[in-house]
Amino acid sequence: MSLSLAHVSVDYDGVPAVVDVSLELPAGQVLAVLGPSGSGKSTLLRAVAGLEPARGLVAWDGQDLARVPTHKRGFALMFQDGQLFTHLTVARNVGYALRLRRARDVDGRVRELLALVGLEGYGDRLPSTLSGGERQRVALARSLAVEPRLLLLDEPLSALDAGLRERLAGELREILVAAGTTALMVTHDHEEAYTVADRLAVMRDGHLVQSGAIDEVWRAPVDPATALFLGYARVLEGATAARLLRAAGLAPARAVAVRRSALTVDVSQAAGRADQLVGVVVSARVTPDQVRLVVDVEGLGEVDAVAAVDTHPSAGEPVRLAVDRSRLAVIG
Amino acid sequence: MNTWRRPVTLLALALVPVVVLGVFFVLPVSGMVARGFWPDGAFAPGEVLDVLTRPRTGRVVWFTVWSAGVATLLAVAVGLPAAYVLHRLDFPLRRAVRAALLVPFVLPTVVVGVAFRQLLGEAGPLGFLGLDGTPVAIVAGLVFFNAAVVIRAVGASWESMDARPAEAAAALGASPRQVFLTVTLPSLRPAIVSAASVVFLFCATSFGVVLTLGGTRYSSVETEIYLLTTDLLDLPGAAALSIVQLVAVVVLLAIAGRLRASADPSIVRVPARPRRPRRSDLGQLVATGLLLAFVAVPLLTLLAGSLQVGDAWSLDNYRALTTTGSEQALLAPVTEALVTSLRTALDASWMALSLGLLVALAVTRRSRSRAERRVRGVLDGFFMLPLGVSAATLGFGFLITLDSPPLDLRDSPLLVPLAQALVALPLVVRTLVPVLDGIDDRQRQAAASLGAGPLRAVVTVDLPVLWKPLLAASGFAFAASLGEFGATAFLARDDHPTLPVVIFRLIGHPGAMNYGMALAASVVLAATTALVMAAVERLRVPSLGAI
Repeated sequence: MSLSLAHVSVDYDGVPAVVDVSLELPAGQVLAVLGPSGSGKSTLLRAVAGLEPARGLVAWDGQDLARVPTHKRGFALMFQDGQLFTHLTVARNVGYALRLRRARDVDGRVRELLALVGLEGYGDRLPSTLSGGERQRVALARSLAVEPRLLLLDEPLSALDAGLRERLAGELREILVAAGTTALMVTHDHEEAYTVADRLAVMRDGHLVQSGAIDEVWRAPVDPATALFLGYARVLEGATAARLLRAAGLAPARAVAVRRSALTVDVSQAAGRADQLVGVVVSARVTPDQVRLVVDVEGLGEVDAVAAVDTHPSAGEPVRLAVDRSRLAVIG
Repeated sequence: MNTWRRPVTLLALALVPVVVLGVFFVLPVSGMVARGFWPDGAFAPGEVLDVLTRPRTGRVVWFTVWSAGVATLLAVAVGLPAAYVLHRLDFPLRRAVRAALLVPFVLPTVVVGVAFRQLLGEAGPLGFLGLDGTPVAIVAGLVFFNAAVVIRAVGASWESMDARPAEAAAALGASPRQVFLTVTLPSLRPAIVSAASVVFLFCATSFGVVLTLGGTRYSSVETEIYLLTTDLLDLPGAAALSIVQLVAVVVLLAIAGRLRASADPSIVRVPARPRRPRRSDLGQLVATGLLLAFVAVPLLTLLAGSLQVGDAWSLDNYRALTTTGSEQALLAPVTEALVTSLRTALDASWMALSLGLLVALAVTRRSRSRAERRVRGVLDGFFMLPLGVSAATLGFGFLITLDSPPLDLRDSPLLVPLAQALVALPLVVRTLVPVLDGIDDRQRQAAASLGAGPLRAVVTVDLPVLWKPLLAASGFAFAASLGEFGATAFLARDDHPTLPVVIFRLIGHPGAMNYGMALAASVVLAATTALVMAAVERLRVPSLGAI
């Protein structure tokens, strides 16, 4: 029971949108396909749903789906803006697929689903009276109604504002886990991917550049562009990479991706090691959690660093920096 | 902004059109109606009521309702598959087929009448069916005309329909048939219902088709008004029928206005790209092909007929267009009538266009208050009135109300263009309003916030979007007034007739030469109109004709 893609390609009028993508998604897991806009991730999702003609193999549980039309695949697709049927009430929307199948006790099941997404009592409302977040919950309930073999989520949260997005991402994770759903989610937001998914696949320019369990991908991005897309603040290469790795006590490598919080101001009184990083603060900005600095470090140039809120490094002040190894990712 | 400024702007914009419509529409029509209620200067409503109880009146009303009803159902039935094929599928010659199927709508009614008579008449290719002069011929003529309206209105809505709800339904397990019934059809329903109500309106008030195909045996309310006023001089009868028609039209327009789909601007639509036909589209493709044949055959018969004299092919019918026909059929040669027609249409177009633009601007400005919105709504409906009021009533009303100073226009060369402009006005308004409505008001606000004055904002925001629809609307108005027959039949002077009037006179006169000339003149008129519409179609204005 798993989704497998082998050498899947999709063209739009001769322009390749998805190129030779191979993937495995075991049952019960949530895979996030992460990529910038135009990377072909949504096209890939539509190909899995059977909405785009694709070359290569799309298979469920070993069965090739090439000749299976969308409505017989048993995959539910949830769109970015929900695509609720505006002429139907919330309950009718959620029960749509159940009615198609002439399921029994549709009303009861609809109530359960609305409870699952936290919208009890919304059954008689029309989609146009709901807020964006509520619409997405209804869309989710509608997709879950038939217990799909695979749930396809196309940027399910990106139409929402930031606070709501963060909260709903957590809830989405809980709902998917509670329902035991296998899901493939497309998103351009790495935070969203980390919150919701178990596995991660990164796409760029139609190609799949990396995939694996979230922490594997996160800890070892395959190239600098991927690292930056995954949320690393900077990628150092060549001599600067070597200098930083030496300070961290690691073996030299081609490049190293650095989180903003990888370098912290060292306030201990003890004399530092010989290869400790030293530099001069260029600018400092206080945030609720930490002081964000830009420091001009000998041998590295300008890099990001953080300091505890109770320290007050100001521009022009010399500082010593400590390296947090867990916040670095060595590339290749 | 001052509170009084908005109403004043609204008033200023609407003033000219309201006055024009008041003087040249409300006055003639009410004058006509009054003539019925006050036959000899004394109020005598009894006669009008008597007319309503005549058995012939009942027959006429019933015929109007059922023929229009049947024609509407058929037009929707044949229009839906064609709308799908022409707006959702992609195949070679799609644009050509689309243009061809839209030709009938702009053809002058008289031409359609002549074409169907040529097809179904005793000597015609389908003469053996014996349909000439039967209700079947009339209904066929009406469907011929109005299938284009359904294709256009429903097609536009189908084309701009978001594909994703259908995809969502398919992903939830709905088969293509279930998708159509549960998602596609419900979202098309407003377009279908509003197209159907417009088609019903057109059918019920159709003049030229019923007059040329039905003669005196089958009469609709519209032709009956004409017959009562011109042949029988029964003004109370005509007034009574005009009132019946006016009431029915107002009710229908109100319903159509209610049903007109208003798109939710907060929803971003992603229209589907047309796709290649599949095997499952075969039925719709065949239906479209049949419709194409149904449209082409009468026109080809007309063309063939115009090129024959006796049993031989000849261009004599066309050469005869420079003459006045045999047995003094006409006072002026047909070529002269063509020039008159073109000149009249030109005048009518600029009048309709300037009025229509003012109306469209007035009714689409965003309303601040409930009262303001209501005023705009009423205005919108008011300018739709000419759509449904009998053109014959309007024409005759012109004659009896605009004959004394200060409005003695009976001999003015602007009389006919004015009447035609009023008939074309709703078409212009309906072409421009959706375009103006579609402009996000925030664009104007953005322009204003960047320092553009109201006029400058219009130039920056509205004009770039509007110039194409404006051109299209003027072409539309031009074509409509070229073919206008109902009002013109009353108003055109005998020595300066327009082409449709000449054609009608020619088919009413005995003589093979006159009939041949009528066919040739019809072809010329049809070709001229088609040329104008082909130019309009090139502009690719999506909302064109979404009435």
